[in-house]
Amino acid sequence: MFYLLIALMSFLIFVNLTPKLKTHLGLDLSGGIQVTLEADMKDIVSSDRSSALESAKEVIERRVNLFGVSEPVVVSARSEDHYRIIVELPGVSDVDRATSLIGQTAKLEFREFIIIQDATESALLIPTLGNTKSVDLNGGDLRRSRVDFSPETGEPVVAIEFTPEGTKKFADITTRLVGERLAIFLDDVPITWPTVQTPITEGSGVITGNFTRDQARTLSLHLNAGALPVPVSIVEKRTIGATLGKESVEKSIWAGGVGLILVAGFMIAQYGWLGVLADSALIMYGLISLALFRVIPITLTMPGIAGFILSIGMAVDSNILIFERYREEKRKGKPWHIAIEVAFGKAWDSIRDANFTTLITCLILFNPGSWQFLPTSGLVRGFAVTLFIGVLVSLFTGIVVTRTFIRVLYREKT
Amino acid sequence: MIRFSKYIWLYFLLSALILVPGIFSLVRFGLRPAVDFTGGTLIEIRKDDKISTLRLKHGEDQNIDLNGAEVLRSETVGPILGKELLRKAAVASVLAVVAILLYVALAFKNFKFGICAVVALAHDLLVVIGLFSLFGRFWGVEVDTLFVTAVLTTMSFSVHDTIVIFDRIREYRKRGERQTFSDISDRALTETMNRSLTNSMTIIFMLLALILLGGSTIRWFIVALLIGTVSGTYSSPFVATPLLILWERLEMKRRQV
Repeated sequence: MFYLLIALMSFLIFVNLTPKLKTHLGLDLSGGIQVTLEADMKDIVSSDRSSALESAKEVIERRVNLFGVSEPVVVSARSEDHYRIIVELPGVSDVDRATSLIGQTAKLEFREFIIIQDATESALLIPTLGNTKSVDLNGGDLRRSRVDFSPETGEPVVAIEFTPEGTKKFADITTRLVGERLAIFLDDVPITWPTVQTPITEGSGVITGNFTRDQARTLSLHLNAGALPVPVSIVEKRTIGATLGKESVEKSIWAGGVGLILVAGFMIAQYGWLGVLADSALIMYGLISLALFRVIPITLTMPGIAGFILSIGMAVDSNILIFERYREEKRKGKPWHIAIEVAFGKAWDSIRDANFTTLITCLILFNPGSWQFLPTSGLVRGFAVTLFIGVLVSLFTGIVVTRTFIRVLYREKT
Repeated sequence: MIRFSKYIWLYFLLSALILVPGIFSLVRFGLRPAVDFTGGTLIEIRKDDKISTLRLKHGEDQNIDLNGAEVLRSETVGPILGKELLRKAAVASVLAVVAILLYVALAFKNFKFGICAVVALAHDLLVVIGLFSLFGRFWGVEVDTLFVTAVLTTMSFSVHDTIVIFDRIREYRKRGERQTFSDISDRALTETMNRSLTNSMTIIFMLLALILLGGSTIRWFIVALLIGTVSGTYSSPFVATPLLILWERLEMKRRQV
């Protein structure tokens, strides 16, 4: 067991030092911009709202990627009647540019190629605003699109459906453009340019093109973004300057280190060699937690760090409970090696109950079922998840690790 | 063995000394909500190593001449989000309290233990919130979303600490020694006192280091955690246990009558 722990320890040091895995820092620590958008759904029938939100999110994700941010986060969140999109742009500081970019409503437009003499050249051409012209058909004429499967080949296709007015326009256009390409632009960027195979007069058609399932899904989401345009407004905007984030990380790490050394020294002062062993278990605890944060991965925020600090306190507490019991049992005259085993057994009851209530609280705060009436905010959940992991790990290190260390390394004169 | 149970009224007096001004301030002045809850804009800038904070209400002109200052952070918040967070955190806390109550009642096979643990928890929450109401009144300290997390932390810690003591009481009771309940709890308190102090000291060391050395943005957050920890430690032997003793005495009297 002891050697197993040593092996685990070296493995953890390795995990924590591999540069491939990064410790994910939340925006409050790394600096950047967080924008929360609220979608205005009043013009959209309730059954379409979820897919409209997904489409809006997809479009924003696209724009953010064009913006060239590394590791952007775009998530949609529903809270009762509020449909929101949260965008996190680490390392970005130009708020105005970022917000004007992501705050727009999606614009979908159909365009035909301007006829070029050389036909072979036009077949290879990528559509741009310059070599195409509007056909007076846009997102408002489209009712919805969805992913379907071709009855003949079984391949994923994107089915589109038009409004009555759109049906008429689309029929005219497809009749006129049989054999030609019809380009579809989203936010002035072409997303697909299928060839019209036959005139489509009944108002629904399919776009084929050897799509993978994911490609078809993305295309459908993009088309829906135009068909179900959702105006978004900014409800929250936070900028953390890179220096402030860096400063708080550095200072907190420094302070945390000093605090830990104080705690470790205090344990040694109180319990001598037992304190040293408890401190080693604590180091183990730190290594395991950090490794878990990196592997899962968990984004560390300020509240997350608070949860972590609290769990350090609880990790030490398990050992204190055990050692105090040990002293009591020794006072009763038991030899030390029996006293220590008894102490572990007796302290377990209180350690279990105390930590179990904390785990319950964490679960409720973390809200794993994403219930609407419980917190869905990243801050509260960030706190709950680090505390939860911390408590679980501390149960392991405070009991299993400390006990193994004591059994192997600790001797007392009898 | 220290006769803790002799001074029950003294403990209550001490709690009241902190609680009454806090609650008074809470009712009278309330808390000072940060932009997280009111909505508006907060800009923190640094110029020539001096940090200053600007606050703007909704709709005010957002174009400020920064004059070469470096923007440390800026937050613009709509009022709905903060309220929603607060409401959901409150619902979650109530659920957590009910769950704790049930778990403690089940683990100790006695509802009294659960209720006393929860009363001690409420005591700690009121201490933290009440003191922050006073801080807000006198030093302009605002409560933000981090404060909400600190309050949640206090909840967990408070119960954690109380259970350790209750566990001792349960253990001595099980042995069925012929002792009064006050004697049992005095013994339990005497024997857990060293542990309680040691444990709180370790957390207090951590937090003090963070207050003195940590960044300015989290200072009040850590202060809230510190108050929660101290109160959580205090309330276990001096609120939860005395309540339990009083309750037991009351029942004994009723049985005799």
